[in-house]
Parts: sequence; structure tokens; C-alpha cells
Amino acid sequence: MFDVIVVGAGCVGALVARKLSSYQLNVLVLEKENDVGNATSMANSAIVHSGYDPVPGTLKAKFNVLGNKMYPELCKDLDVHFEKIGSMTVALYDEQLPMLKELAERSKLNGVEVRLLSKEEVLALEPNINPEVKGALLAPTAGIVNPFTLVVHAMENAVDQGVELHLNEVVENIKPNKEGFEVITSKGKYETKVVINCAGIYGDKIHSMVEPIDYNIKARKGQYFVLDHYAKGLVNHVIFPLPSEKGKGILVSPTTSGNYIVGPSSEWSDDKDQVSCDKATLDNVRAQAQAMVPSIPFNQVIRIFAGNRPTPSTHDFVIGPSKEYPNFINASGIESPGLVSSPAIAEYIVDNCVSKVLTLAKKEKWSGKVRPRVHLSEMNEEERNALIQKDHRYGRIICNCEKVTYGEILDELSRSVPPHSVKALKKRTRAGFGKCQGGFCQPLVIQILAEHYGVKFSEINYDKLGSEICKYSTKGEEK
Amino acid sequence: MRELICINCPRGCRLKVDDDLNVTGNFCPRGVIYAKNELTHPVRTLTSTVKVQSNLERRLPVKSSEPLPKEKVFDAVKELDNVEMKAPVHIGDVVIANVCNTGVNIVATKNIEK
Amino acid sequence: MIHHRLVIIGGGSAGMAAAVKAYELGEKDILILEKNNYLGGILNQCIHNGFGLHEFKEELTGPEFMSRFSKQVNELGIKYRLNANVLSVTKEKVVTYSSEEDGLVSVQADAIILTTGCYERNAGAIQIAGDRPVGVYTAGQAQLYLNCYGYLVGKKVFILGSGDIGLIMARRMTLEGAKVLGVAELMPYSAGLNRNIVQCLQDFNIPLYLSHTVKEVRGKNRVEKVIIAKVDEKMQFIPETEMEFDCDTLLLSVGLIPNNDLFNNLGIKFSKTRGAMVNQDMETEIPGIFSAGNVLHVHDLVDYVVSEAREAAVGAVKYLNKTTKHAGFAYEIKQGYGIGYVVPQVLNIDDASEKVSLKFRVVKPFKDIVINIKEGERLIKKIIKPAIVPSEMEIVYLPKELFQKEDKVITVSVEEKK
Repeated sequence: MFDVIVVGAGCVGALVARKLSSYQLNVLVLEKENDVGNATSMANSAIVHSGYDPVPGTLKAKFNVLGNKMYPELCKDLDVHFEKIGSMTVALYDEQLPMLKELAERSKLNGVEVRLLSKEEVLALEPNINPEVKGALLAPTAGIVNPFTLVVHAMENAVDQGVELHLNEVVENIKPNKEGFEVITSKGKYETKVVINCAGIYGDKIHSMVEPIDYNIKARKGQYFVLDHYAKGLVNHVIFPLPSEKGKGILVSPTTSGNYIVGPSSEWSDDKDQVSCDKATLDNVRAQAQAMVPSIPFNQVIRIFAGNRPTPSTHDFVIGPSKEYPNFINASGIESPGLVSSPAIAEYIVDNCVSKVLTLAKKEKWSGKVRPRVHLSEMNEEERNALIQKDHRYGRIICNCEKVTYGEILDELSRSVPPHSVKALKKRTRAGFGKCQGGFCQPLVIQILAEHYGVKFSEINYDKLGSEICKYSTKGEEK
Repeated sequence: MRELICINCPRGCRLKVDDDLNVTGNFCPRGVIYAKNELTHPVRTLTSTVKVQSNLERRLPVKSSEPLPKEKVFDAVKELDNVEMKAPVHIGDVVIANVCNTGVNIVATKNIEK
Repeated sequence: MIHHRLVIIGGGSAGMAAAVKAYELGEKDILILEKNNYLGGILNQCIHNGFGLHEFKEELTGPEFMSRFSKQVNELGIKYRLNANVLSVTKEKVVTYSSEEDGLVSVQADAIILTTGCYERNAGAIQIAGDRPVGVYTAGQAQLYLNCYGYLVGKKVFILGSGDIGLIMARRMTLEGAKVLGVAELMPYSAGLNRNIVQCLQDFNIPLYLSHTVKEVRGKNRVEKVIIAKVDEKMQFIPETEMEFDCDTLLLSVGLIPNNDLFNNLGIKFSKTRGAMVNQDMETEIPGIFSAGNVLHVHDLVDYVVSEAREAAVGAVKYLNKTTKHAGFAYEIKQGYGIGYVVPQVLNIDDASEKVSLKFRVVKPFKDIVINIKEGERLIKKIIKPAIVPSEMEIVYLPKELFQKEDKVITVSVEEKK
């Protein structure tokens, strides 16, 4: 019997699990994918929004502002790259200036620090912005984060503190019973007192397993470009256009890994798992981004990708207990600004909802920190040399583009939420993330994974189960 | 009159061959040989790999020491499937002698020391 | 700090050829830094034949070709470090590398030759629309898996791009039991050599679709379908020309890009080739830092890579012996009509050897043309070409006397017959 089953290990599920791990509870996290943070949490703009945009009074506004304040400490504890670089919402036409002012008012209502900038101020801070710019709204508290490691490290922390995690396990049904729920999965059945629905885009489906619901969650796709590091200094802030009913619009931003991201588009998608890209949409993203930053070097695109936002028909996050069951708690439909809101949502879910149905007793010994990682890029030559002398494996570079070492890869494999696939390893270490996209290092990565797990080279997946890269051996070997 | 593209070198000469096997359009004499072979008994050099027992490598690259009759290429590849070499192997070492009774040897094209 | 007179970054064919040449010219203090645990670079996986016709007057496979150079490197006792990954190069010529055995090492060089080759344009760079399932690989990646590791990445294959690696892989995968359904090429002409169209496609009845490209990739977990369509002269899809192929793999053979990362922080200029701008000695804007082979511009034949690396070695030795003037009359070499790029871009004629080599490619296929090389308006060389294609690099060697120091601009251009 579990005290709590968390459905879904995206950023919300992982942070909820982490928060729960500080209490004397028996917690299980069920994730359908082959890695944590493998859907919406992985494919988004990776922005820690300031909260200038959500409508005052909404859950989005509340959790965004609270979450933003939690990020610096959270990322320090979880050893996640976060940079408070500020955002700039730019007006390109005179007609847009009143809207900027309106946005500034909205920011104040949300409790967000902002400043209106003149054309000259904008161009001084961002020389590559369209010289036709009329003004901008600067939100200094906005930031960028590595969303991959945020989820992985949060879950790692939770597992280190006693939470159980099952990957590749799909929740098929949830049946209320006397003590709570029976959760039926693709692999088994579990009894639990409380279910927390952090199933993201499938949050409506999971919720509807216990009671009829009067909302739905639809996939709203966003397509992006990723540019190589070469474009250094292209922009220094997260650059937004003015928001519209379709969202915050197409942004241009640095990423924590030194690349640049351009996107997202916004279009409804019938298939929640479908993350395809199309030319017309990307052409439009390109044109809109160029209107703000004309010199974006699109010849340095190293990847295009798409992610689905879980957009609830309620227009706001679905947070709190279900109608009938106080012990079935929703934290779903977490679309933008979900990444920034997630730590605040996690705290709210545990402190205000779980606390109402379970007695929460703090663990005597609990740490909210992960075992420290080695940061080679922050080391000087001497320190790095000393490390290599101590552990030679930090001297061997596996990924040439991103300069990822064997030592770093082995360290990830030794942790409590280790990567099982090439992509999972890529999310943690950036091996294969560079301009050659794994062209050179992928075989080495497969070899390391195969050796570590004691499986055949041909059994290593790129991502999900059944996505083996070298499926067919030749010359009658390894049939 | 037949038109052919010579495959002997990257130049890829466009050859013309008449009914009496007179060849024109060739830059070098190898074009004449190629064209005549191609119309009477086409041949191809086979390059492939075989399994190898080694600490460093899983495959040993090999080639046919001479071009093989074109129709024997797939049969030769099949024969390669059943061969396993053991390091050390050196360039030119015979991997299969007289492959598919063609009189041609399959030889190693890489040195694998251990 | 360790010191070496000449540090060569990259131990592929270019790096080894440069090292051997420099050694022959009397420079004995050489260090080659190679990131892999073997010398020879990409030629190790190029097991097909066709290498060395210029260099050795015989047809060799990739491993055979490179082993001739590694043998020389070993016999001459030229120093090299394997598993040595260079992290940075500074203007002051400090090369820092990381290796399991040596740790993090900084080497002060007097001269540097960068011979780090190139990488393949991949799915991200060409932005193929559709799903993003597993099963889309660059041809070179599939080549590495098949020839060195012994695995096929798929059994039903479609290939985008008619570059030579793609054509070679069509044959290789067919021989190893895969079915290759076709090759689509965006341009109305092949990017690969004619000989490879014949021996890699026609021999196996693999169709080549010119003026076609991939419109969409479909597949949930793995590639299930590739949809191609015909394009017009403006590279726009022509409606109702779609063709669908049920397959599990899409191979990309859509070009190579110089691997110039280590030069990015030097503040030097790059040319249209995406390699460094260089002078007649393959020397970049920083005296004593050279670049040669595919990291400078993508070559069609390794034989030319090797000859270019030797030119860089000659330049490096001249520099080390302080016989380079870096002064005197400097030409700017420009590409005119029909020419995609010319290497080098700068010619310091007073530092040049007796013969100056110009390498260039045309932008599209031409027939019955004249290539004019002019100093200002004065024609200094005229080359008659019955046919010329972008997939083949042209080299001309011009005697030094042809240059008269009258006009600072040299132009290479195509003249079409009227």
C-alpha cells in the first residue's frame, strides 16, 4: 500500500515527488515514457517567466510569480543551470506602445517588477533588435533554465530520499476503493491512499478514470529552431513580441547551453503524441522572429523540434482535489507558464491538498540537494588537470562538439535516475546535442550504455522502448 | 553503338562502343578494357568486411584482389559471412582464397594488430 | 608548458600528410594530436576503393590509403598522441588538449596546422518536415555502424541526397541485405560521381530521382514512410508529384561542413567555404596558423586533401624558418560568374612558390565553357572545359611569372559560349 502515487514524471510530477519525499510517506511515481521529463517538460522554451503576462487573479499568475521567486534556490539545490537574464517584450510599431503600458500595469497587479524602455535603451541593451523598435518592457526577474536536468535532478533527489520510480509503465485505470484507489497499470496493480495526477497532456484522461469531467486538455503544438553556439551575443535577454490571445508569441532567447532558441508556433494538434514539424509553420516562425531580430543566422540551425502544450479548456491550470475525491488531486493542464510555476504548484499540492487527506510528518533527515556533479566548464586548467589525475575518465572526451567526458557520462549512469537511452543521456550530459547531432559520438555512447547495462549493442534504444538504433546485426551475429 | 560511363576512376569518362567493340571517349587505356569487359563479361571489385576477433575492432575490411565477375558479387558476399579472422591481420592477408571458384582472392585491407 | 615547433591538430590523412611533408623538409619537432584512438580519421570507415589514383597511381581502399601515411608517420618517428581531444587554440598558439593518459595539457606551438576534417549536414540542418522518429541517419553514421561495428541501421532504406557517401552506402547496405528503395536529389543533376551512379545505383537497379526531395517523414517510434515530391527551378514542391516509400530508414547524404570549432575564438575571417580565409600557404589571418584539407574546404578526392596538406606544411616550415615575409604585393582572389569559391582568397605573391595553385568549384554544371583567370582586366590563364560539374573540384597551377603585380584583384570566372 502506497501513501501516494504520482502519475507522470514531468517537471510537476518530479517536483511534487521531491516535496513528498521530505515527509514520512511511501511514494510511487509512474511514468509511461522511458525517461523522466520526456514530453512537455522536454520540448518547450525553457524560460523562467517573470509573470508579466498572465491575467491577474488566475492560477497561472499566482503560481508563476511564486515559482519565479523559488527558482534561484531550487536550481542551486538541484544543481541546475539557471540564469536570470531578464526578458524584453518589444513593441515594433507606435500603435503597440499603449499595449506595452497596459502590460506594465498588469505586471504591477501580478507583483512583477518591470521597467519600460525607450527605443535607445532597448538598442543599447540589445543591438541586434530591429532598429525600428519603438520601446520595450523589461522584466529583470525572467530567466532561462536547463529544463532537462531540472526534471532529472528533481526526480533524482526524490528517489535518493526514498521515492520509488517506475518508467515505461502506463496507467490504464484507477478504481476508487475503501482506502483510496487501486491503480492498474500496464505492468501491475497498486493500492494507494492518494493519487496525484501530474499527467500533463493526458491529465484529463487520468482524471476521467475516477469521475466524469467537464473540461478537456488539448495539445497545442509549438515548433522551434535551435541555433548553434556561434551566434554569440545575438540577444542577451529573452526577447518576446507583444502577447496575443494565442500566447506569448514567438521568442528569441539564449539557452543555458549557449545555443539560441527561436519559437514556438501555436497550432492545435489532434494527436497528443504527435510532435511533427512542417515547413509552412516554421517559415512563419522564422519570419516573425526576424521581424524582431533581423540578423538571426538561420543557416546555423542545428535542429528543429516541436512540443505539445497541455492546453485545458478551462484556460487555467487544473489544480486541486477532484470534485468527488479529496484524495485524488489534480496538477494537470500545466501549459505555459508551467515550467516556472511547477515548484510553487508542487508546494501547494503537498501543503494545501495532500495535507488535508494524509498526516504529514517531516522526515528527520531529509536533504533537498542532489549529490554534487562535476562542472568541467567552470574549472580552471589546474583544477581540471587535478580531477583527471584523480579520475582519468574525466580526460577522455566522448562528445567532440559539446566536449562531454567519459567521466561525466559514467557519473550520470551511477545516479538514482540513470539514463537508459541515448536521448536520456543526451538530456543529462549534452552528448550528441551539438552541431553533428551525434554523428561521431553516438556509437561510443551506445557502447557505454550497453556495457553499463550488460546488454547488447543492438538493444540500446534512441528513446522509447523499441527505438533501437542498430537493430540488425550483420554476418549472422546476435540474432 | 552503346554508351557507357567508365567506373575506373572519378573522372567517369563517357565511353562510346560500336558493334565491333571499338571504344572512343576514353581518357586512358583502362577505359577500353572497361568497355570491352562491360559488354562481354562485366566485372566489379568487391569491398566488404568480415568478422574479426580483436580487442579493438569488430570488423575487418576486405576487398577482392581482382575484379570479380559481376554476377558472382552477391555469392562472394555470402561466403564472407562465414569467415572469422583473428588479429593480428595485415593488409594483403588472404581471407578467402579463390572465392566462389573465380580464381580471385579476398584479402584484408587493414592492419589490426591485437 | 610543453613546447613543440609544429602542432598538427587532427591525425587523418591531411594531418599525417602535412606531418610527413614537414618532416621531410627538415622540421623534426612535430606533435600530431588525434581525438580518436587510431590515426587515419574518416578513411577508416571508407572501406570502398577508389582512393589514391593520383597519389599512388593505384586504386586503394580508405584503410589502405591511410595506412600508407600512418606507416610513414611511425617509421619517421613523428610524435603523435591518440585520444587527445583539443579543447582550445589561442592566438598566442597555445593548444590545450584533454586525454585520459596525459590529463589536461597545454602546448605552446610556434606553428599550428588545423586538419580536423568536416562533419555531415544532418536532419537538423536541413529541417526535414514531419515526425521525428528514430531511423533518420546521415550516410556516414550508417557507414560507421555497418563497416566498423557490423550493424545495419535499417532494412528498407530511402536515401536523400546523391552525395558520394550516400551512393556508396546504397551499395554497401544492399550487399549486406538491406533493400534500398531509391535516392532523391534536390538538384537536377547528381552531387556524386558518375562512376558511383553506375556502380552503386544502376548495378542494383536503384532509381535516382533528380529534382526531388523529401517532403515529409512519417513514423511514430521508427520511420514508417518517406514522402518525396518533385521541385521546380525555385526549389518549390510541384503539386501532385508526391511519391510514398514504405521504409524504416532515411539516410541523408546532403553535404559536408568544415569542422572549424577550434578557430571560432580566434577572431579570424572565414570564406564562402565555411573554412578559414587563407593565403597561398594555407595560412589563416594569424601568421603561423594554417588550415588544410576538409576543414578548409570540402574536397572531392582525398588525393587533393593530401596535396593541400603538403602545401600547408611547406608554408608552416617556411614560417618556422622565418622565410615568410608576410609583406609585399598582396592579391585578393575573387570568384566571378559561375564560380562558387576559390581557395586561397589571398595571394602574397612575394611569398609564393614557383607555382601557385588555385582550387575552385563551379556553382552548377556547365558545358563547353572557358574558365578565365584575370589579374584586373588582364587575362592570365584560359582553361577550355567541355564539361564541368560542381561535384568536382578544379585545381590549376599557375606559374608565378604570370602575376604582374599590376592589379590587386585576381578573378576566376566562367565564360559561356554565346
